[in-house]
Amino acid sequence: MTQKRGAVEFRAVRKNFGAFTAIPDLSLAIEPGELVTLLGPSGCGKTTTLRMLAGLESPSDGQILIGGQDVTRLPADRRDVSMVFQSYALFPHMTVGQNVAYGLESGGMKPGPARERATETLDLVGLAGLEKRLPAELSGGQQQRVAVARALVLEPQVLLLDEPLSNLDARLRRRVRTEIRELQQRLGFTAVYVTHDQEEALAVSDRIVVMKEGRVAQMGSPRELYESPASEFIADFIGEANVVDGQVVSVEGDVAQVELGGATVALPARGLQPGPARVSFRANAVRVTTGGQGIAGTIATSAYLGDHVEYEIDGPLGRIFVVDDESETPLRPGSAVVLELRPRGLALIPEGT
Amino acid sequence: MTSKDNRRLDLILAAGLIALVALPWYRFNGGFFGLEWLGELYSAAKVRPGAVQALTGRWQLWPVIALIAVAAGLRFMRPAGPPRGKALAWVGAIGIAWMLAEGLSVGLRGWNWGLLEATFGDVAGQPAFGAGAVIVGVVFALLIAFGAAERGALKGDAFVLASITLLVLLVAVFVFYPLVSMFTGAFQNFDGSFTSEGVRNNIVDPKIWSLACLAGGNCGIAWRTFFLAICTATGTTLLGLVFALVATRTGFRFKKSLRLLTVLPIITPPFVVGLALTMLLGRSGSLTQVIESATGWELGRWLYGLTGIWIAQMLSFTPISFLVLIGVVEGISPSMEEASQTLRSDRWRTFRKVSLPLMAPGLANAFLIGFIESMADFGNPLVLGGSGGVLSTEIFFAVVGAQNDPARAAVLASVLLVFTLSAFLAQRLWLAGKNYSTVTGKGDGGRHIALPRRVAWPVISVAVAWAAFTITVYGMIVFGGFVKVWGLDHSLTFDHYIRAFGVAWDGGIRWTGVAWDSFWTTMEIALIAAPLTAAVGLLTAWLIVRQRFPGRSVFEFALMMSFAIPGTVIGISYIMAFNLPPLQMTGTAVILIACFVFRNMPVGVRGGVAAMAQLDGSLDEASLTLGAGSARTMRKVILPLMRPAILAALVYSFVRAITSISAVIFLVSAKYNMATAYIVGLVENGEYGIAIAYSSVLILVMITVIGGFQLLVGERRLRRPGDTSAAPPLAKDAAT
Ligand SMILES: Nc1ncnc2c1ncn2[C@@H]1O[C@H](COP(=O)(O)OP(=O)(O)O)[C@@H](O)[C@H]1O
Ligand SMILES: [Mg+2]
Repeated sequence: MTQKRGAVEFRAVRKNFGAFTAIPDLSLAIEPGELVTLLGPSGCGKTTTLRMLAGLESPSDGQILIGGQDVTRLPADRRDVSMVFQSYALFPHMTVGQNVAYGLESGGMKPGPARERATETLDLVGLAGLEKRLPAELSGGQQQRVAVARALVLEPQVLLLDEPLSNLDARLRRRVRTEIRELQQRLGFTAVYVTHDQEEALAVSDRIVVMKEGRVAQMGSPRELYESPASEFIADFIGEANVVDGQVVSVEGDVAQVELGGATVALPARGLQPGPARVSFRANAVRVTTGGQGIAGTIATSAYLGDHVEYEIDGPLGRIFVVDDESETPLRPGSAVVLELRPRGLALIPEGT
Repeated sequence: MTSKDNRRLDLILAAGLIALVALPWYRFNGGFFGLEWLGELYSAAKVRPGAVQALTGRWQLWPVIALIAVAAGLRFMRPAGPPRGKALAWVGAIGIAWMLAEGLSVGLRGWNWGLLEATFGDVAGQPAFGAGAVIVGVVFALLIAFGAAERGALKGDAFVLASITLLVLLVAVFVFYPLVSMFTGAFQNFDGSFTSEGVRNNIVDPKIWSLACLAGGNCGIAWRTFFLAICTATGTTLLGLVFALVATRTGFRFKKSLRLLTVLPIITPPFVVGLALTMLLGRSGSLTQVIESATGWELGRWLYGLTGIWIAQMLSFTPISFLVLIGVVEGISPSMEEASQTLRSDRWRTFRKVSLPLMAPGLANAFLIGFIESMADFGNPLVLGGSGGVLSTEIFFAVVGAQNDPARAAVLASVLLVFTLSAFLAQRLWLAGKNYSTVTGKGDGGRHIALPRRVAWPVISVAVAWAAFTITVYGMIVFGGFVKVWGLDHSLTFDHYIRAFGVAWDGGIRWTGVAWDSFWTTMEIALIAAPLTAAVGLLTAWLIVRQRFPGRSVFEFALMMSFAIPGTVIGISYIMAFNLPPLQMTGTAVILIACFVFRNMPVGVRGGVAAMAQLDGSLDEASLTLGAGSARTMRKVILPLMRPAILAALVYSFVRAITSISAVIFLVSAKYNMATAYIVGLVENGEYGIAIAYSSVLILVMITVIGGFQLLVGERRLRRPGDTSAAPPLAKDAAT
């Protein structure tokens, strides 16, 4: 099966629901063959964005392009995209085979060939031999794959997935997301994937668009987002970083010397000048030791979680959250510790506080 | 997209063209469906198509032709797109407006209004719209819809836009136009000129408004009706609650069969209870005779009047209240009551302090429903009213009797309408949001506690007594059909059935019984109306639930409100609206069908809304993103999933068409007589035997239909255990 690959572009799109503006101004470009996730807290407008792309909502203003063509006013049934719904939306009165063949027949294909194509696609997602079942007779994971097959069989320019894993249990989620990613890489289609789970987004995406209140907060590869968050919001949302106050002491070229709670560390300057700065401080950015060089602190709480220990530590940076995956025995609350900085979990945040 | 836009335009433009040049523009005697006009289409003046009418001097048709030509011009000279869409929509809107204006201004004998005649001089009169005009009107409406679709309104969905436009048009024509006609009719003289005399006289008429009964005299009819409605609503609510409590919260042994009572109001033509009461308690009723011979009292005519009507309404409407309150009583979360019990309250205290207050909004709702039902009831007052009727019967006598006073009928109808609409508004605005029932149906475990003993016993006794009374009354109906002359000669006979439903055989079958005529008409009209009602109702439900369009909530509200319009008001407004051009259809089957469709549609809408609320909305959207248009989505996804709701709507509208009387009695004609109207005629002539026999047959027919329906739906449920889209119980629709 060959897939068409369409680019997607949002140009200054706005969406109002009555007096409420869900999306104030959204511009976005997605390359052909890319898997892009829309990530953000609940209510930030991810689903609305996806539905506008599908043609299920029309934008109040702006343009949407798919494969270079302006589709802003094109109704859903005439757009070359298909969608995997959060609830799967499998037609309960049709068999799995009929469900998958439905879109093909809508497009005018004869039932015979449509059924054959449906069978092929079901093979592709690992559901060979289940054509005759009703959706109610499948497990959650299988239903999910039928929904994917039903969308893929149309070879759309873009595949849309709205929180496709939210109805699966945690263990299945990991497996299915790998499968979806693998399928996308193999067939090479463009995909827009909505989720509110940052781990899921990091795992499947080529690029992530983090949204906040209907705007793009930051767009970039998973590594860029994790290692160079553009704002406190991103730092907190991706990987739950501590955001602490630091002081840029000096800048030489791209490297800044940053003073953090008495210790000093070299970080990429990201355009900052000497002076106070906010620093994204990952939970694994320090080693927790009982002696040595670093930031002094006192353990406030500790939780033993098998392969690592989680601490909240009071010190010159305020209360911070830290993970220690090295020591075997957790330290008791009240113990004095020293935190040794490791530069890889630290980043200056460019925006003013 | 362009080709699709053009294809549907081509279709309606072709229809418009055919309607203009090849179909009779006006309505004519002999009827369009007689097809005799085909031969003389261009020769006989009365059947000429619109284009020819325009050429032969009817200048008012030139704008219509010009507008269709403009639309065709736009289609072929301009590319599809928003500018053309806007222009097309304007053409459609102007077309509708023009047809409305010319249709209402030029009547059978020329100008309808003196002012126009003075301004423009004489004009030839014109008959009512015929096939050609109606089709052109629809074409204009569709031009609006398709134009809007080209502009991208509602995501460019032409099917949805067309459905909305046509529905709005239909509701305007068949609900609002009649009401407006009724009000304007009140202000017109016989020759059509304006006068407010009739209204002024009637609006202050002491016969309507007098409050003399407070001082021992007779009150006006409005107050009498109001008083009756309050009594009926109170009584049915209390009795309904009693039944609901027995059915859900006692160990009463026959509580399952109590639920059978709820089917009764659906299958009983509205005057039948009144009829049975007459036979039991009337002047020569059997119970009356027993009492009189035992005690020697002269009971007389006490039954005829408000008391009798009240008893009949209690019998008729208690089951409806029962049905509403079962839902309310069951809807209270058991955990509330359990919580109360764990908080050291005994059952009695829990019932008083927790259960009853939680039921209060539901009780108020049942009260308002009872109020509206009583106000709108026409059958029972007609049979039992005697000299002092209620508003609904008074409206009837104002137009059919010797008085023929449309102004009075209109004033009375307005009074009735104000009462029922107020109750409806109270129900919708005040009670909405005050519902404590758990609507999810999931329940949170736990069981309802039984009634405390000191409540249970009285409640069960009342329920049993009332059930026994109901059974006796219905027994009368069965029995009465086999008795020679009720009250005089109680020997058994088949005479009534033979006279009503006799069949003779001489070479071919001959329907000799007197009832066959109206029976077959009823079946025919009910069978035509049922699918139309279901289709219109479910389409509307789909639009309301699934589509977001401006004015949607107003649209829904107006539709639901039309259900609170009493049948009598509908009947009177229909004859006032559809007796004269531009739309003339009194005396035809069409008016009966239209009346049934728009009167029963809200039930279809409600059933459809309920059924659709259970369907995941993303199913439609999935279908759309899979390349299916709205029409295909409807056909392939929605309709199959809604089959039980569709069946219910079909059966319900069929049954309602058979049993209704209040609107029908105004609209029947010699050619199209309906069973209920015919039976009422029999009652008025004192032919109780045949009337009762006929009613029993109707009840039997309806039991068969409903039983068959239940079997069908039940079977479906057995086949697909996982299917949760169960049919909404038919009976529930009768409840509101
Ligand atoms: N049909 C609608 N009518 C009104 N408000 C809506 C509608 N759909 C979404 N919204 C609002 O728009 C915002 C974005 O919603 P949504 O796109 O569903 O968020 P997300 O998918 O990111 O959780 C929310 O505040 C939501 O309440
Ligand atoms: Mg969402």
